[in-house]
Amino acid sequence: MLELAIKGSKRYWGWMALLAAVVGVGFLVYLQQLSFGLGITGMSRDVSWGFYIANFTYLVGVAAGGVMVVLPYYLHDYKAFGKITILGEFLAVASLVMCLLLILVDLGQPMRMLNVIFYPSPRSVLFWDMIVLNGYLFLNIVVGWNVLEAERNGTSYPFWLKPFILLSIPWAISIHTVTAYLYSGLPGRGFWMTAILAPRFLSSAFAAGPALLILLCLVVRKLTRFDPGREQIQSLAKIVAYAICINVFFFLCEVFVAFYSNIPEHTAHIKYLFVGLEGKGALVPWMWTSMGLMAVGIILLVNPVTRRQEGVLAVACVAVFVGTWIDKGLGMISGGFVPSPLHHVNEYAPTIPEILITLGIYAMGALVLTALFKMAISVKEEVAG
Amino acid sequence: MEDSRRNFLKIAGISALGLGASPVLDAFSKEEGLQTPQMIQGEKALKATHWGMVIDTRKIHSSEDLNPMIAACNKIHNIPKLETENHEIKWIWAEAYHNAFPEKETNFLNERLEHIALPVLCNHCEDPPCCRACPTQATFKRESDGVVMMDFHRCIGCRFCMAACPYGARSFNFRDPRPFIKETNLEFPTRMKGVVEKCSFCAERLAEGKLPACVEASNGILIFGDLDDDKSEVRQALRENYTIRRKQNLGTGPSVYYIV
Amino acid sequence: MNDKKYIIAGLAIFVVLMTFPFWFNMGKAAPPPEVILTPKALAAKECVRPTALMRVEHQQLLDVWRDTVTRDGRRIYVNEQGKQFNMSLSNTCLDCHSNKAEFCDRCHNYASVSPYCWDCHIDNPKENK
Repeated sequence: MLELAIKGSKRYWGWMALLAAVVGVGFLVYLQQLSFGLGITGMSRDVSWGFYIANFTYLVGVAAGGVMVVLPYYLHDYKAFGKITILGEFLAVASLVMCLLLILVDLGQPMRMLNVIFYPSPRSVLFWDMIVLNGYLFLNIVVGWNVLEAERNGTSYPFWLKPFILLSIPWAISIHTVTAYLYSGLPGRGFWMTAILAPRFLSSAFAAGPALLILLCLVVRKLTRFDPGREQIQSLAKIVAYAICINVFFFLCEVFVAFYSNIPEHTAHIKYLFVGLEGKGALVPWMWTSMGLMAVGIILLVNPVTRRQEGVLAVACVAVFVGTWIDKGLGMISGGFVPSPLHHVNEYAPTIPEILITLGIYAMGALVLTALFKMAISVKEEVAG
Repeated sequence: MEDSRRNFLKIAGISALGLGASPVLDAFSKEEGLQTPQMIQGEKALKATHWGMVIDTRKIHSSEDLNPMIAACNKIHNIPKLETENHEIKWIWAEAYHNAFPEKETNFLNERLEHIALPVLCNHCEDPPCCRACPTQATFKRESDGVVMMDFHRCIGCRFCMAACPYGARSFNFRDPRPFIKETNLEFPTRMKGVVEKCSFCAERLAEGKLPACVEASNGILIFGDLDDDKSEVRQALRENYTIRRKQNLGTGPSVYYIV
Repeated sequence: MNDKKYIIAGLAIFVVLMTFPFWFNMGKAAPPPEVILTPKALAAKECVRPTALMRVEHQQLLDVWRDTVTRDGRRIYVNEQGKQFNMSLSNTCLDCHSNKAEFCDRCHNYASVSPYCWDCHIDNPKENK
């Protein structure tokens, strides 16, 4: 089926070339980082994880979000989603590629990466994260590929695939749970040390992933002869609506616990993010923007009148996607490190090289996604005749 | 596991050499009257089952009193002085009371504590969160004496340990440290970019029968010894004085105690 | 199948590319390196282990040393003759072999390996850089 990805129009190749160029720029900057060290980023002794890990966390969510089309179809036999499960699976593949690359560029000594396998350490959550992420990547490639091939041949997928499909559903939950455990099990980091972190991550994932999928469906409909379907998009929109509501609800639970108990270790981080601490508050406008965007998303998605208009729906999805990205990508990681365990307020902002490397990785993800979607959609067009 | 790894490497190495070298190696193993090489602890090595430290803050009269111990550590371990604070490397350093003990902050602090700085360093915890976090066991708690060690050779630079440490005791080499080392101690290695480092209770000095460099330079402020030995100097200090440990409520079990 | 000629041409190109290093370097074998021993190393006659063994296995020995020292805290090596050594690359190995360029590098270059030992362990003669 790979041949479908290399037969394309000029527009297709132009887009791929543009992405490849962005990847190239990111790669060159990465070479610079490799020779200089992570000092070219904005990270510091106090804020020792930054943009890379934040985007990694966000994209694990997008990857897990793909399960929101797989689950209703395979577990509840919701036939409509059969048409787009492949898009969810391939979105997960592309997201996981980005996740793994983001981890790679975050390492100080990437050449020694395999030490994680040579000296397996089951007490480390990172060890489990490696297993679940690679496992989920494998599952989605195997499942996506075989289902698509069966569709192309006009048969049903091989019987041995079913266990993998069923396994991929809890596995999706596991990737974001384990990723949340990276943070929530650390003593002395009050912002992350909450049992609700994993559910919070999942709720924002199930909003962000399907929101992106809706946007991709709209793009696909515009650019190709394949129509993912109005019902499908509307069902996804309802999922996004519920998930984003739950996400905001969980956040308000955090705010209540922190401020009613008024334990400084828990309030300090939220104060830093939303009103600033000791005169430092670079993230304050971002966080309020995020809250505003999520509120807009809720209003537009919960209200059926607005949700049913696909133009408005697209706006709502962008709002949800960007809102959750700021919340998780900018706030969640920096917010946990500021103030430091010694109560120093040392702020973090990504540097240009750091952003370029991250953009390169996003372009890489888009490249993989475009190729995979091209394949999937070519098969769909072929089958439709 | 360590041993099987070693054997594996040995076998891998030997087989990589091919047939040409194997007769040579066989000849060595067949020579008689020679003992098999051994690796032992030095005779002079200081021994303990749980190294610990007591910091007598009553002997600190001003922040300057901490300079000799910090300087001694920096010099002996080739700790660079970097240009930006973000990239700082610190093994032992000075903090105000309310930073060392943020949960014990008060408006009515004892005047003496208000005006001095306290030395802070890796606490060599009994149950260190950093070692739990490390995905390669590059940082680990040494079974024999409780020192939390760093194996710079193995560290992949993921910085999970830095997020896990509730004491901010860990530093990362954001760039090659060598150009920023003023005077190089030729006996101790430097670090390379991309690895995490921290205080090791001067494991290399303990092995030679010497006390940690900071303790030696501290003018009696730092007391060092075996916490498992009730006749040790640290245990005596703990018996005679009320002490506190940093963030005791987290259950990490710091091995560094402060007499306040 | 009328792709035969493409397949054969492709295979031929592949084989040529893969074997390129062999025929490119044919007859131009670099002479084996000659390592120079410092007077101190010459006087010692033998390293911690027999020379032939050190030549082929020093990397394994160092690997065991570094694990034993950093992880087990055992720092003294007793060799076959019962002679004791401090297991330290910086302070034992490089003390005798204080000519990295003529000793270590020559062989490493010949074998095309670049160990990063010296990124941390300060090479001898011990100079401040």
